Amino acid sequence: MNAPLIHTDGLVKQFGDVTALGGVSLDVHAGECVGLLGPNGAGKTTLLTLVEGLRLPTRGRVRLFGGDPRDARSRIRLGTTPQATALPEALRAAEVLDFVAAHYPTPIARERIVDEFALGDLLRKQCGSLSGGQQRRLAVALAFVGDPELVLLDEPTTGLDVDARRALWDAVRARHTAGCAVVVTSHHLEEIEQLAERVVVIDEGVVRADDTLSAIVAGVARQRVTLAGLTPTQVAALEPTAVLTEDSRAGTVTAVLADSDAFVRRLVASDLPFSRLSVRGATLEEAFLTITKGAA
Amino acid sequence: MGTVALAAVHTKYNLLETARVPIAVIGSLAFPTLAFCLFVLPQRAVTGDPAFAAAAVASMVVFAFMSAGLFSIGIDLADQRAKPWAPFLRTLPGSPAARIIGLIAATLVVSIVAMIPLLIVGGLFTSAAPAPLDLLAAIGLVVLTAIPSQLIGFIIGTTCGPKAAIAVTQVAMFVLAFGGGLFLPPLLFPQWLDVASMVLPIRQAREIVVGAVLGTGVPLWAVLGIIAWTLVLAALAVFLYRRDEGRRYR
Repeated sequence: MNAPLIHTDGLVKQFGDVTALGGVSLDVHAGECVGLLGPNGAGKTTLLTLVEGLRLPTRGRVRLFGGDPRDARSRIRLGTTPQATALPEALRAAEVLDFVAAHYPTPIARERIVDEFALGDLLRKQCGSLSGGQQRRLAVALAFVGDPELVLLDEPTTGLDVDARRALWDAVRARHTAGCAVVVTSHHLEEIEQLAERVVVIDEGVVRADDTLSAIVAGVARQRVTLAGLTPTQVAALEPTAVLTEDSRAGTVTAVLADSDAFVRRLVASDLPFSRLSVRGATLEEAFLTITKGAA
Repeated sequence: MGTVALAAVHTKYNLLETARVPIAVIGSLAFPTLAFCLFVLPQRAVTGDPAFAAAAVASMVVFAFMSAGLFSIGIDLADQRAKPWAPFLRTLPGSPAARIIGLIAATLVVSIVAMIPLLIVGGLFTSAAPAPLDLLAAIGLVVLTAIPSQLIGFIIGTTCGPKAAIAVTQVAMFVLAFGGGLFLPPLLFPQWLDVASMVLPIRQAREIVVGAVLGTGVPLWAVLGIIAWTLVLAALAVFLYRRDEGRRYR
């Protein structure tokens, strides 16, 4: 296999006495699409800033295209995205695209980026006048103007509505199909499911899991079961590992658990007087809570 | 793209951003001339003597370039570093020098334009009458000798948060302007202050520009001093820029 685009070995980053990364070893190879999944504050962004050369590791090693990420030459084939609110307000969208492209030896033709990210109507507008979704689209497009082999997208669709999110995912997927490796961070399982083939779960600064998308999804998937007519103690007796919340006003108990089918079978068999039963997939945040409870 | 070409791109977009906020441009352009009209023009003893008048105009130009470097670069940069666009720029390939040179060049361009009305007022309303070649030499030298002040601004902007940068810049400007002999002519300094002042890059810039405009020659100590300052400050600026990890909170 060729040399990895990103190579980290025992990477540690401390801010004062806070350990943001506690020894991360990770390789990302050409053409991969990797999702970095983890709750807020897990260390995803810190990992990216080390790979981008924005920060120095406290200990351990990080290589980008085989070189030191602090060296500008290592970043020629790298694309990153600024946070949406960060675009220079007074510059027009076209100017920002040209300005960023000027840093790269062989940028992609502007028309292609404009086309793929649907920026045509925005080019003449100053960034300050763009809506949140438009700014986000432009910010993500900036990662690709240098015709990179690797892009790092940190929470690329935060704050977007469903349509805008889908459109942006399509654009990123098109670039990935064209051969660009993508590392995307998110705390939304849906976003990772849309983009990634391989998923790395990070929590509290360490890699908890590194596997294919389907394996990870199965591992962290949880269901959320809500019902009325039972006390939390009665629910806990049916499924001891469930994380329970009680809504006394609505008279309901909500359980986040791994296997809702088994739970419902036991519930029915127990003959307890439940009502208003509903089952839906738990969010990643809820799933992480159960996993942490299981570990403790 | 080479560092120089990339620096030119940075200069262009810096100027473009500045030009989109007209009141900021007008302020920068009017400030030196306004200060000259308020503080120097009323002093007949200065404006009536060709050498005093030329030295006063030269000092004001040096002051304008210095304060532009400290305020535009120092405070702006500190402000930018607090926003996520600055770290994004650092992830782009391109040497740190391109960004530093681009910021400085854009500020110098604005300062050069701001110098024009001041020179016109000086020519019309004072008895200053430098030889044309001396004037041209002085204009060239004022730009070159302004580089240490721009680098000081860059260093303040890279090491301070936005609020701290304002305080540090104000103190730095006062110390440098007074110590550099821009508020009081160095003739009036006690000897110890005169010696201390000659170490400052602003004093060196003043002596070089005043010497050039009066045609009395440029003192060698000032030239050597300012070259040393430029090299040391440039190395420090690049070092700090590379070491910078963005704004830190505790």
